Amino acid sequence: MAPRITTAEVAHVARLARLALTESELETFTGQLAAVLDHAADVEALDTTGVPPTAHPLPLVNVLRDDVVAPVLDREEVLAQAPATEDHRFRVPRIIGEAP
Amino acid sequence: MNGHESALGVAAAVRRGDRSAAEVLEEHLARIGEAEGEIHAFNTLTEDAARAAAAAVDATVAEGRDPGPLAGVPVAVKDNLCTRGIRTTASSRILEGWVPPYDATVVSRLAAAGAVMVGKTNLDEFAMGSSTENSAFGPTRNPVDVTRVPGGSSGGSAAAVAAGFAPLALGSDTGGSIRQPAAFCGVVGVKPTYGAVSRYGLIAFASSLDQIGPFAHTVADAAALYDVIAGHDALDSTSLSEAPPEASARLEAGVDGLRVGVVSELVSADGMAPEIAERARRAADALSAAGAKVDEVSVPAATYGLSAYYLIAPAEASSNLARYDGVRYGLRVPGEDVTEMYVRTRTEGFGAEVKRRIMLGTYALSAGYYDAYYGKAQQVRTLIIRDFERAYESFDVLIAPTTPGTAFKIGDIVDPLTMYLNDVCTIPSNLAGHPAMSVPYGTASDGLPIGVQVLAPALGESVMFQVAAALESTAGSL
Amino acid sequence: MTDTVARTAGPGTTEWETVIGLEVHTELRTATKLFCGCPNSFGDEPNTNICAVCMGLPGTLPVLNRTAVDYAMRIGAALHCRIQPSIFHRKNYFYPDQPKDYQISQYDIPINTDGWLELPDGKRIGIERAHMEEDTGKTTHFGGGGRIAGADHSLVDYNRAGVPLVEIVSRPDLRSAEEARAYVDELRAILVASGASDGKMEEGSLRVDANVSVRPVGSPTFGTRCEIKNMNSLRSLGRAIDYEVARQISLLEGGGTVEQETRHWDENTGRTSTMRSKEEAEDYRYFPEPDLVPLDPPQEWIALVSDGLPAMPADRRAKVAAAAGLAPDSDAVVTVVRLDLDPLVDAAVAAGVDAGLAVRRLANEVAASIESVPALDVDAFVSLLGMEGRGELTTAQARTVLRTLLADGGDPVAIAKSLGFEALGADALGQAVDAAIAGNPAEWERYVGGEDKLTGFFIGKIKAATGGNADLKEASALLRSRREAG
Repeated sequence: MAPRITTAEVAHVARLARLALTESELETFTGQLAAVLDHAADVEALDTTGVPPTAHPLPLVNVLRDDVVAPVLDREEVLAQAPATEDHRFRVPRIIGEAP
Repeated sequence: MNGHESALGVAAAVRRGDRSAAEVLEEHLARIGEAEGEIHAFNTLTEDAARAAAAAVDATVAEGRDPGPLAGVPVAVKDNLCTRGIRTTASSRILEGWVPPYDATVVSRLAAAGAVMVGKTNLDEFAMGSSTENSAFGPTRNPVDVTRVPGGSSGGSAAAVAAGFAPLALGSDTGGSIRQPAAFCGVVGVKPTYGAVSRYGLIAFASSLDQIGPFAHTVADAAALYDVIAGHDALDSTSLSEAPPEASARLEAGVDGLRVGVVSELVSADGMAPEIAERARRAADALSAAGAKVDEVSVPAATYGLSAYYLIAPAEASSNLARYDGVRYGLRVPGEDVTEMYVRTRTEGFGAEVKRRIMLGTYALSAGYYDAYYGKAQQVRTLIIRDFERAYESFDVLIAPTTPGTAFKIGDIVDPLTMYLNDVCTIPSNLAGHPAMSVPYGTASDGLPIGVQVLAPALGESVMFQVAAALESTAGSL
Repeated sequence: MTDTVARTAGPGTTEWETVIGLEVHTELRTATKLFCGCPNSFGDEPNTNICAVCMGLPGTLPVLNRTAVDYAMRIGAALHCRIQPSIFHRKNYFYPDQPKDYQISQYDIPINTDGWLELPDGKRIGIERAHMEEDTGKTTHFGGGGRIAGADHSLVDYNRAGVPLVEIVSRPDLRSAEEARAYVDELRAILVASGASDGKMEEGSLRVDANVSVRPVGSPTFGTRCEIKNMNSLRSLGRAIDYEVARQISLLEGGGTVEQETRHWDENTGRTSTMRSKEEAEDYRYFPEPDLVPLDPPQEWIALVSDGLPAMPADRRAKVAAAAGLAPDSDAVVTVVRLDLDPLVDAAVAAGVDAGLAVRRLANEVAASIESVPALDVDAFVSLLGMEGRGELTTAQARTVLRTLLADGGDPVAIAKSLGFEALGADALGQAVDAAIAGNPAEWERYVGGEDKLTGFFIGKIKAATGGNADLKEASALLRSRREAG
């Protein structure tokens, strides 16, 4: 049987999640994720034809708020929490690539 | 109730003016001072704020005004619930230095009820774990046996109540994170109906499963705390709009004529210790003796709960934890460009279990796998709900073990999947959104506490607490 | 408008057809953001309109803005969409302008689906969907000339983060840059008319991305498309599409293939360049937003929104065109509706005044001093049209009075009088013409004999006799009719 998940896939997923893994972590995590996915195989095997998905256990719909302005946070209080700021804005190192 | 004071007893005394909140607080702070070094239930103690809150309660009593139903009761609050001006860590390095500018709704409701928060309790990082070992602040120890884990993820809250640091505590339960540590520490732990308690201010793990709930020594205390925190909140879109069921309403009503089902699939779950399965059956027998109609019931899809959970919860977590990126708050590890900064920050800021779940969830959601994993798990969720609903056509409540085993030794379980199997009996209620609670039901041959679960349909808290109270009253004769 | 076909000059004789679909993001003009109570306001000091929710602080939760839903439904109704039960998804990607590192957006079950928009020329452009989502913050780049490439660092302002957007996705029904511009122009007019958006492209409340491909004329399948981003005006939209079409044709004619990718329009160089290839495309890991519940607007709400919509530009053009006897896409009709002057046409019609005359005056004199329109009294305008229609004023006189009316206001009768324009109706002109003929019999005989150049001579006499107030076109018409009458 083909492995449930490969190290290449785990490496790809780590990139998507913005995590770096050492070679040995990659091996360990791949094995652990494969074990969990193997355990989940019973779900995969289940016939769920025609069963609607449940995204949410609640029957609620249309939870809405009125378009009324609420208090904002104090800018200095918010900026004081930030690792780096400049000119009342959040400073980040250079960005490679445009926003999607 | 292990010789500890009951919250309702404390509140009654404070309300009458027989005892001051300040005095109650100092007694508990003294107990914390003695044993906290060994237990490590707290990430942060908030003595100064607690003294101010207790003084305010006493002033209210002195003025003849109503100090609230939990007047002067010390409460321990899980450190994934935001507290204005008090650091909130989720036991993660990644939130280093962060101080929330707001209170979680439950924290505000506690204060309004006259409760006195004594500190923020330890947890598995971002509530991911079943042992409170995955904490950037180190593990919490089980007060019953300090070589053992208190369970998790709300291990700090369970331990705080068990150790007598506070009569009440708040935890959060995504797959069993209140009920499992309650069982391990010999206290009562409640996961309410999804939407009964506002999640606003709870640092999210898996949004469609997370629910805040009480820890207490007694069912009545837990009900009192539930009644304070439950109810609609306009800040949480998933908060139920109807008035919550009153948990304290039917505690004395007994179980005569109630229909109680023992869930076959959970009693015989993978890895279930025979004496725990047997204990759940004895609990059912005790209810039967008290007048309930007891029978076995099958909830077939519950078998798939664990698998579905370990796809859904990590998927939601992978998205919920994306925001910890070093830009706006918390830890930043510098990098040459923004992506490198993200990667370094998240790699150093998150522990191994959190990374594991983020990767599992990212994988489950990624292109090409969504239908096979996340989509399928959501369908299984529907099946579980259907099976429970079918069971509740014939039964008022269901009974099941809380955990397959008793508290294990610190460091004993290293394999993630083995750890996940701890949640096998608690997860189905989270997937269904139904309430469930763990009631201490004697000890095992190893002397460690055993918990038995009472499960109820959505918004069935009144009957759930009713049955739990009856069960509690039979536990003494074990 | 006919479909534009690009013909190549090379040895190949392939005729290429351009295929364009547009994605237009519009900010809704709500008072607050989509999921929190922060002010939705443009141009404030950085990071002053932020709260725990739109900053994505741990533990915070979104709650949907009712008015944003109302506006989204207005857009759907105005675009003839089906308004349906919908849900929100999370679109996961890391970017500093995204406080939660995911965007709450509607994905496969949007609120509005399957509509259309009619261009002034009558062509219908399909609307695939119009869905709700939240805006991002604003990133400013420092070093490297302020462009992202080569910048040293960037600063983020989250005021815009969480502002409500509706993204309107057209079907690939547009066939030229010109048509694309007409579509955006029309869409903007619809958005403004619906009250959902202020349509200000320069403030970023309207942003356009274009999916562009080419195919041989007659081909049943579409070519490979490229998505073009960063066009911030109608002009750059047209330029970018023209550039991209030429690029793709030249690639194909050179034996190459078009790669599916996202391309960035550079206003300065006038070129598009690769931003992201298909392989590099993000895996957004969409899944249903668990912090929000489904949206299922009751029929009464949908009906209230639909019934409450004002007339849309296309309907208004049709109405004006019918009243004035003009084509709906004629410049005068388009101008009148674009400038919201059609209520003045309605007033003219109601007063029994010639609507065609009203449209001409509105599309010319009134349009030329549009800033004065708020001061223009409807009754005065209609009364002036009446005077002109009845021949009490010549065209030239009416224009002069209208300009005065626009500049200073007042009563058209009094203005005409003060300018000495009174009583020069058709009769007065006829008398002046007859007088000119009677006073110059020799010249008249030559004119009757066919010497057309004498027209000027008679017009000069008439002009002199009427103090310059005569409608000279009308005068020459009268001269001709007198001659034919013998």
